[in-house]
Amino acid sequence: MRVVLGEDLALLRDGLIRLLSANGFDVVEAVDNGPGLLRALVEHQPDVAVVDVRLPPTFTDEGLRAAIEARTKVPGLPVLVLSQYVEQLYARELLSDGRGAVGYLLKDRIANVGQFIDAVRRVADGGTAMDPEVVSQLLASNAGNVPLRRLTPREHEVLGLMAEGRSNAAIASKLFVTDKAIAKHTNNIFSKLDLPPSTDDNRRVLAVLAYLNG
Amino acid sequence: MVERVDQQQTGRLGLAGWGFVLAWLSMVGVAVFCVVVTSASLVLVTVGIPLTLFTLPWLRGLADWHRVWTADHLGIPIARPYRPLPEGGALTKVRSVLTDRATWRDLLWVLVDGTAGVFLTLLPITFLLNAVWYAVALPIVVSIVPNTFNANYGLFDVTTVAGALATGIPIAAVSIALFWWTTRPIMRAYARMTRRMLAPAERDRLANRVAQLTESRAETVDTQAAELRRIERDLHDGAQARLVSLGMSLGMAEDLLASDPDAAQGLLAEAREATGLALAELRDLVRGIHPPVLADRGLDGAVRALALASPLPVEVSVDLPGRPPAPVESAMYFAVAETLTNAAKHSGATSAWIRLTYADGRLGVMVGDDGRGGARQPADGGLHGIERRLAAFDGTMMVASPVGGPTIVTMELPCVLSSVKTSPSSGTA
Repeated sequence: MRVVLGEDLALLRDGLIRLLSANGFDVVEAVDNGPGLLRALVEHQPDVAVVDVRLPPTFTDEGLRAAIEARTKVPGLPVLVLSQYVEQLYARELLSDGRGAVGYLLKDRIANVGQFIDAVRRVADGGTAMDPEVVSQLLASNAGNVPLRRLTPREHEVLGLMAEGRSNAAIASKLFVTDKAIAKHTNNIFSKLDLPPSTDDNRRVLAVLAYLNG
Repeated sequence: MVERVDQQQTGRLGLAGWGFVLAWLSMVGVAVFCVVVTSASLVLVTVGIPLTLFTLPWLRGLADWHRVWTADHLGIPIARPYRPLPEGGALTKVRSVLTDRATWRDLLWVLVDGTAGVFLTLLPITFLLNAVWYAVALPIVVSIVPNTFNANYGLFDVTTVAGALATGIPIAAVSIALFWWTTRPIMRAYARMTRRMLAPAERDRLANRVAQLTESRAETVDTQAAELRRIERDLHDGAQARLVSLGMSLGMAEDLLASDPDAAQGLLAEAREATGLALAELRDLVRGIHPPVLADRGLDGAVRALALASPLPVEVSVDLPGRPPAPVESAMYFAVAETLTNAAKHSGATSAWIRLTYADGRLGVMVGDDGRGGARQPADGGLHGIERRLAAFDGTMMVASPVGGPTIVTMELPCVLSSVKTSPSSGTA
């Protein structure tokens, strides 16, 4: 799988290259600034891009802007955005085109290599990877939402994991229950939130995120 | 001080009527002058102390009434120059008011108002009454008693109604014209004269300003020092402690690697968890110092991010032609954050709104909610904290929160915008 990497800190860039290569990814280009990233993304059209939000020259949200702009030129280009902090506003911007294939994770999550690689693969496959922190912010800002309050604690848990972008099978194994039990929970959640049911994992995730983003 | 012309001002007739009232008030003023001066001169025989404290508010009240009057009727606002009364006994207070230059300027004003003031304020109504007398009263009087004015006025014959009309109408016309053209200038001149005497003297204004700046600087320095202490403590108890424990876990894992790989693995997992916690603490700390989203997107984006994160649905409208300086953005951001948190926590509101505007060199932010109102500003509360933070930039905060709601918090801060407009990227709907 071909990867373009956007990260300005040499230490982290080298670490990420090593980590991705060791897990069977092919890093076709690693850039350290926003304009370069945009060019590389459009030029290589990689299977997935791993991008730091804050890049030179402005050291603000250069990476995020480059990623969003690249996705307008190459619709659906899979992008996993990494950041030292997460901001609901940015998650919403990444998701706003409704195409999925986006990820937004705290840099801390790289430490758990297995889960990180899993997230990169999921995004490359057109799925979604939202940081648990983003999801808890989303749920907190929906505290006043009446349909959400009708969910049972278990359904709440399943909803959170779904919003992180996990498939039913992944949720089932994480919660140590059967796929069937999770399918039942998802059906309940979708009917309580009045969302159209879907059997496709990705579409389900996007529907949940769109709902939470109100 | 700028004269406001946009507001509704009193018409000529109204001004003439007010002039009459003002003239009488000038007489009252002279009486107050006598009373105050007498009281003050009795200070040496003690009885003057309470007497002065009792009578001086009359003088200030009269002056304040004039300050409000000129603003209301002629759009010429006049600031209050008085020093705040000190805490302490009657003697301290008397000493303070008698050494306040504003007191002596008030007294001087009363004298000027009682002379030049009376003259000016009576002019418009004199013109008006003069016109009425010549055009209406004179012919009527002459028609009833033809020979009231037996002598004629030089060329004019006022012994007959026709003669009276021929004489009175032109004089009345001139009077009316004078009334029409001079009433406003005269009353404005009176208001400017009043302002010259009642507004704070430049020297006093500067002295007050220095006192105010000294106070707000002291508060700012205190706040900054407290903030640094908090950051130091947070780092010391948080990230630093985590790194120490991380080092310990790694060291122990190193020792156990050969003898007990399982235990070593457990320690390594613990170490990784510790890095996560340390990072989370550093993140929170950074958010409290300078939120990254503020650096990235400016006040506009950062306020939108706040709105998104609030448990209330918040409607945001922003009309800023550029970006305020970073310290101003930061102060305003934290002010909005605190206000919004207050609204979500205490007001019982179901929705809120935020407006950012910039006009006349002032950044204005309004935060409103549809809650139950009744918000107060206790000296140690969050709202007071905001006020102090804004005061460092000469900013102000006003809370309108009638019981039953809604609550609207208005914050204003003078600043200059940089011309570059940072446009938020797509999809912030």
